[in-house]
Amino acid sequence: MPGVLRTFSNDTICAIATAMSDAGIGIIRVSGPQALSICDTVYLSSKKEHTLLSHEPNTIKFGYICDGEEIIDEVMISFMKAPHSYTMEDVIEINSHGGMLVMNSILNLLLDKGCRLAEPGEFTKRAFLNGRIDLTKAEAVMDIISAQNNFAFESSKGQLQGKLSSKIRSLREKILYEMAFIESALDDPENYDLTGYPEKLKAIVDPMKKEIASLIETADEGKIRKDGIKTVIVGKPNAGKSSLLNALTGDERAIVTDIAGTTRDVIEETVRLGDIVLHVIDTAGIRDTEDIIEKIGVDKAKSKIEEADLILYILDSTNEIDSEDKDIIELCKSKKTIVLLNKNDLSDNIKITEDIIRMHFSDSSNDHLPIIRTSMLKGNGISELKDAISELFFNGDIVPKQEIYITNVRHKDLLNKAFNSLELVLDSISKNLSEDFYTVDLTGAYEALGEILGEEIGDDLVEEIFSKFCMGK
Amino acid sequence: MTIVKEKFDVVVIGAGHAGCEAALACARLGLETIVFTMSADNIAFMPCNPHIGGSSKGHLVREIDALGGEMGKNIDKTFLQSKMLNTSKGPAVHSLRCQADKMEYSKEMRKVLEAQEHLCIKQAEVSEILFEEVSDDLKKEGYTNKIVGVKIFSGIIYEAKAVILCTGTYLKSRCLTGEAITYSGPNGLLPSNLLSASLIDAGIELRRFKTGTPARMDGNTIDYSKMSEQFGDTPVVPFSFDTDPKDVQRPQVSCWLTYTNEKTHEIIKANIDRSPIYAGIIEGVGPRYCPSIEDKVIKFPDHERHQVFVEPEGTFTNEMYIDGMSSSMPEDVQIAMYRTVPGLENCRIVKNAYAIEYDCLCPGQLHANLEIKTTRGLFSAGQFNGSSGYEEAAAQGLYAGINAAMQIFNKESLYIDRSEGYIGVLVDDLVTKENLEPYRMMTSRAEYRLLLRQDNADIRLRKKGYEIGLISEEQYNKLCTKIDLIDKEVTRLKNTVVGANATIQKFMEKVGTPSLKTATSLAELICRPELSYKLIEDIDPDRQAIPDDVIEQVEITIRYEGYINRQERQVEQFKKLEKKKIPADINYDDVGSLRLEARQKLERFRPTNIGQASRIGGVNPADISVLIIYLDSLRRGSADEN
Repeated sequence: MPGVLRTFSNDTICAIATAMSDAGIGIIRVSGPQALSICDTVYLSSKKEHTLLSHEPNTIKFGYICDGEEIIDEVMISFMKAPHSYTMEDVIEINSHGGMLVMNSILNLLLDKGCRLAEPGEFTKRAFLNGRIDLTKAEAVMDIISAQNNFAFESSKGQLQGKLSSKIRSLREKILYEMAFIESALDDPENYDLTGYPEKLKAIVDPMKKEIASLIETADEGKIRKDGIKTVIVGKPNAGKSSLLNALTGDERAIVTDIAGTTRDVIEETVRLGDIVLHVIDTAGIRDTEDIIEKIGVDKAKSKIEEADLILYILDSTNEIDSEDKDIIELCKSKKTIVLLNKNDLSDNIKITEDIIRMHFSDSSNDHLPIIRTSMLKGNGISELKDAISELFFNGDIVPKQEIYITNVRHKDLLNKAFNSLELVLDSISKNLSEDFYTVDLTGAYEALGEILGEEIGDDLVEEIFSKFCMGK
Repeated sequence: MTIVKEKFDVVVIGAGHAGCEAALACARLGLETIVFTMSADNIAFMPCNPHIGGSSKGHLVREIDALGGEMGKNIDKTFLQSKMLNTSKGPAVHSLRCQADKMEYSKEMRKVLEAQEHLCIKQAEVSEILFEEVSDDLKKEGYTNKIVGVKIFSGIIYEAKAVILCTGTYLKSRCLTGEAITYSGPNGLLPSNLLSASLIDAGIELRRFKTGTPARMDGNTIDYSKMSEQFGDTPVVPFSFDTDPKDVQRPQVSCWLTYTNEKTHEIIKANIDRSPIYAGIIEGVGPRYCPSIEDKVIKFPDHERHQVFVEPEGTFTNEMYIDGMSSSMPEDVQIAMYRTVPGLENCRIVKNAYAIEYDCLCPGQLHANLEIKTTRGLFSAGQFNGSSGYEEAAAQGLYAGINAAMQIFNKESLYIDRSEGYIGVLVDDLVTKENLEPYRMMTSRAEYRLLLRQDNADIRLRKKGYEIGLISEEQYNKLCTKIDLIDKEVTRLKNTVVGANATIQKFMEKVGTPSLKTATSLAELICRPELSYKLIEDIDPDRQAIPDDVIEQVEITIRYEGYINRQERQVEQFKKLEKKKIPADINYDDVGSLRLEARQKLERFRPTNIGQASRIGGVNPADISVLIIYLDSLRRGSADEN
């Protein structure tokens, strides 16, 4: 809109807040000073009157959305009056039938009547800007929307309830107290005694550092819990990779044939094993090949192994381990790996045992290499595989045991920054520097933690975060 | 009577520490300047403590000197004792403090003013400021009127392009000693009772502040044998960057340390209802950081004693200043309480302790250049702005004086931000904060104090002084040479490596530091706590002789490099927000999502950039985000138009 100043809260925004699919119910959300008056122009009560302006806050009304004479849909309308709403502005939610056509018609009607289409994340942005939520909560909203599994959802919900905020806040308070104490002592040495203070401070900073470290440690697990485990299936051609993928996904996406090299490209699937999410990549069989098309697949597979969190190495236990297997084992040695000994149903012909595998993996970083006997044909071994994965990544606790998981890269970076600053404080103490030096790095830690909460004003932070939001929230 | 009109460029009201600096700055920049005082015999009078400098205040004095002010030079001429405080701590908090000979200080400053070209001293009470309506252009900038001069009590008018209010504690002042109230300025001097009404007429809001001072004792009645003697430093480091250190090595006078005790505290507690503050007679708000002995006893009930420094007022008198025991208790309580202190058992009070109340400016009315927002050309400095302390006053006086001159010359204002100087912190705090009590400079107020050291004030600020015209070519060249020497020496020390050979190891052993494991730079050696630049001279044959102040900078630069770098990164962050300007004509009603409190505060203080806005009390980070996004949308909007 050239030349027009758009200040976000003088205008009224609207968007479809539910998923854009033909679901049973759809919600169109309207927020801003004219929410009520605009909606009133398109709303008719069951008695065919424009009665929205007398709508009691926090109640739901039945009625119709009409474009002039024409009734578009039967709806329920709820009204939340400022500041008691998500955005702290007047908010109207129109519960319509979920058809995309219906929702779009209502949306277009509202736009015609003077609403503006909300930018991605704009409702939450307003909630933040109006002071209802802090930055970690705003980020949590974004995460909840995109949550892939129950954990991601729970962890975001925890963040939204302010678990992370309150933890960070209490760390900040402790730091602030020490900063204030040092300052007071500098300004008023008569009444604030610094004798023995460095030791005292060390005793306070040490556990704080540990606390931050343990938060940072949850980041890897948190990320895996939230985003899922990047899993690569490797194995020689025809060992049963695609069958494994099919057994996991429950349909036959990958082509399963007896001809070696049928899977030419990398297939990616998201698989849910209870609360564990696997992003499974089936790779072309790794083997020395002259076939160019297949070679591309093999190279890709190798690079996928590099990025993977987990390797599922599947072998045909009726064949001896050969040089190709040894190549694969080399690739697996530095990664979390689970070995699947397949075709175990052909029990009279078993050539590879657990001991043989362990011998080949003896110099790898996999201390307790899980080895599972499977039969893809019969579907045996899948639940053992699930247990092994859970053991490997969550020490067997599928249910998260930490209260807080760091699932956001920005948070992790800032926690690292705070951690380093506290380390520098300890360094100053060990070097016998005077108290006034401690404040430089205490301030560093304090500010980094504050940035997580949005209480230190980072430059373009706000814009950056909200640009990632999806529509309608 | 015929109306007599005199014409000046600048009128300065008050010749205390703020007024002197303001008047000197304007006159030195070539403006015809007149400074009014209630008593020409009390120019640069020190009505309270007899020191210049001290923790963080010493920094201010150095900065004043770096910019071309007078305070540092004047105290170098007149100190009785000099001490660098906090030397056991890091260089950021080292601070110079001098005991002044009060009479000499005042006399010397008077001489400087009298000798200054373009400067007149006039003993008279200014009774009115004169102003007229402003042009529409100025109205847009927020001015409602424009200063044209002042009228004194006799009716004579002094026309001026700028007026600087440096009224200190004299506006409608009254002094309280218990139930006894005197309607006077400090030390029995005349108060200025008329000007307040005229300021209110101009639309300026005033409030009452309070401060206090301890008793002065007859030195002959003090038993010093019961106190511990406090000596000055040798050698003395001068305050001014222009003073030759040789000129300040002279005999010093001692101070004395003693303590209050439980008896003192009992007397105070028993009579607390007779303190005018606790009895509610004083309406003015007093400083928390310069508390009276009553406040200390109430605030720290478990402290068994408080320090009391007994300090000379000057060589012209045997009166002693009882530092740490300011009070507004009635005289009989004062006598009883002072006499409980070891060494003061038989003391006789020459001048009672008293509290003084005065009119000063309500916050939110100052531009960052210390001009009063509503009145074009009216500047203010010192206690009138709600600060306390000689140094704070002098710093503002200089700042306001320079900016009044810059406005007359139509040049850009002097602006020192929080990362450039304590003066910047002081002015910014006065401009953006509510300051519910007299504002005192403190180290803790400076976020970037490792960079804002007293030892590098010249490096930080002299260039600005030179550009303004208060620092001469010669002084500036001297600084450039110094900076050059520092840089070269730091580079040389970083690049000079000594090997781990027998000679070096022997030297290491001799000076008591661990032997070298590998070749090491001289800079790394200086970083060892047990070594210093001077100590490693023997293994540094290429060294050229450099002055002590250069050595000091070299050592600090090398030793604290990591800390300095980290603080500089914090400053970069800070500057980003300082650079986000807020247009002068912003209408906060257009910024929809601002909370009411934030909107009111922003409207009142009208900050010039986002950084300033973020420091205003009652404006929270979410409000700042709102503001940033609004300004962005403004910017985008105008980009679209183009």
